[in-house]
Amino acid sequence: MTHETASALLALTTPDADDLERLRSRLATDALASGDLDVAYATVDTPVGALLLAATDHGLVRVAYEREGFDAVLETLATQVSSRVLRAPQRLDIAAREIDEYFAKRRTVFDLPLDFSLSSGFRQTVQRHLPDIAYGHTESYKVVAEAVGNPKAVRAVGTACATNPLPVVVPCHRVVRSDGSPGNYAGGPEAKITLLTLEGAA
Amino acid sequence: MKTTTPFEQVVAEHGATILRVCRAVLGPGADADDAWSETFLAALKAWPEQNRIANVEAWLVTIAHRKAIDITRARARHAVPVAEVPDEVTTRGVPGAHDQDLWDAVARLPDKQRHAVAYHHVAGLPHAQIAEILGGTAESARRAAADGIKNLRRSLDAERVHEEGASR
Repeated sequence: MTHETASALLALTTPDADDLERLRSRLATDALASGDLDVAYATVDTPVGALLLAATDHGLVRVAYEREGFDAVLETLATQVSSRVLRAPQRLDIAAREIDEYFAKRRTVFDLPLDFSLSSGFRQTVQRHLPDIAYGHTESYKVVAEAVGNPKAVRAVGTACATNPLPVVVPCHRVVRSDGSPGNYAGGPEAKITLLTLEGAA
Repeated sequence: MKTTTPFEQVVAEHGATILRVCRAVLGPGADADDAWSETFLAALKAWPEQNRIANVEAWLVTIAHRKAIDITRARARHAVPVAEVPDEVTTRGVPGAHDQDLWDAVARLPDKQRHAVAYHHVAGLPHAQIAEILGGTAESARRAAADGIKNLRRSLDAERVHEEGASR
C-alpha cells in the first residue's frame, strides 16, 4: 500500500527531458548573469571530431579533443581553475563561430580573447608564440626554440606543444619535425594532417 | 579537502530528483521551477567552498527546502483575495484526471507530512536526515511520512469510490 502510493507519487513528479533541459539552460543563463559561473563550456562538431570549448571571464581557456576524454578535461578544469563549471554554450558562441569559419576555410586567424591560465613558464611562452606562425605555414620544433630565444630547448618546445591547452586556436599543429613529418599531436596524427591539409600546408 | 567535482556533474546527477522534490512540495508549476533554479544557483555559488559532502542529495534537498519555504511565503504575501471562486475546470473523464487528483491530495497534506513524504519517498533520504531538515526527531519525521502516505492513499481511494459510484 505504502509502496504503491509512493510509486504513484514518483511517477507523478517525474520531469520529462525537455523540462530538465529548459531548467539547465535557465541555470546557465542565471549563473552567467550573476557572475557565478567560472567555467562555461560547450561542444562543437568539426571535421576532426567533437571539440570541447571552455571559457572563463577572461577568454577561451581550453579546447579539447574527444580522445582526451571530456569528463577528464572537465575534472581538470574544476581542479585547476574552478569547480563552478556548467555547460553554457552562450559564452562560447563567438569561439564556436570562429572555429566553424576556420574549418569552412573562411577564417585564417582567430580573433578571440585567450586565457592561458592552464599553462605557465616556458610552455606558455612557446604557446603564445605559436599564433605568429602564419596560416598555411609550418615551423620545426628547432625553429620555434630559436624563435623564443632558447635554441637548445627543442625537447621542451615539443612538451609545450603537447600540453597546449588551446589546440586548433593556438596552432601547435603548425609545428612539425625538421624532416617535415607531422610529429605527435593531442588530437592524434590524423587530426594534425587534416588541419595541415585544410590550410594547404601539407 | 575542498570538492573538485565539476558542478555540471551535480546538476546531471541530482537535477531530476530535486525537481521531483520541488514539485511534490510546491506543485507542478512555475513555483517548482523557481525553487529548482534558486536551489541550484545557490548551490553553484557555495560549491567550491564545500568540503567533500558525504551526501550531496541531502545537502541539495536542505537548500531546496529553504527555497520552497521562501517561495511559499512570498506567494502568501502577494496572494490577491478573490471575491468569488471561479468554477473549476472539470478533470473528470479526461486522461490525467487521476494525476490531478493525486496532485490535489498532495497539496492538501499538512506541510510537515508533505515535506516528509517528498524527502523520504521522492528523494529517498533517511528519516534521521529529514529530522535535521525539518527539526524534531527521526521518529516524528518517520511518523509524518507514514501519515502523509496514509492520507494520500485515503484521498485516492475516496476519489476512486466517488468515480465508480458516478460511472454506474
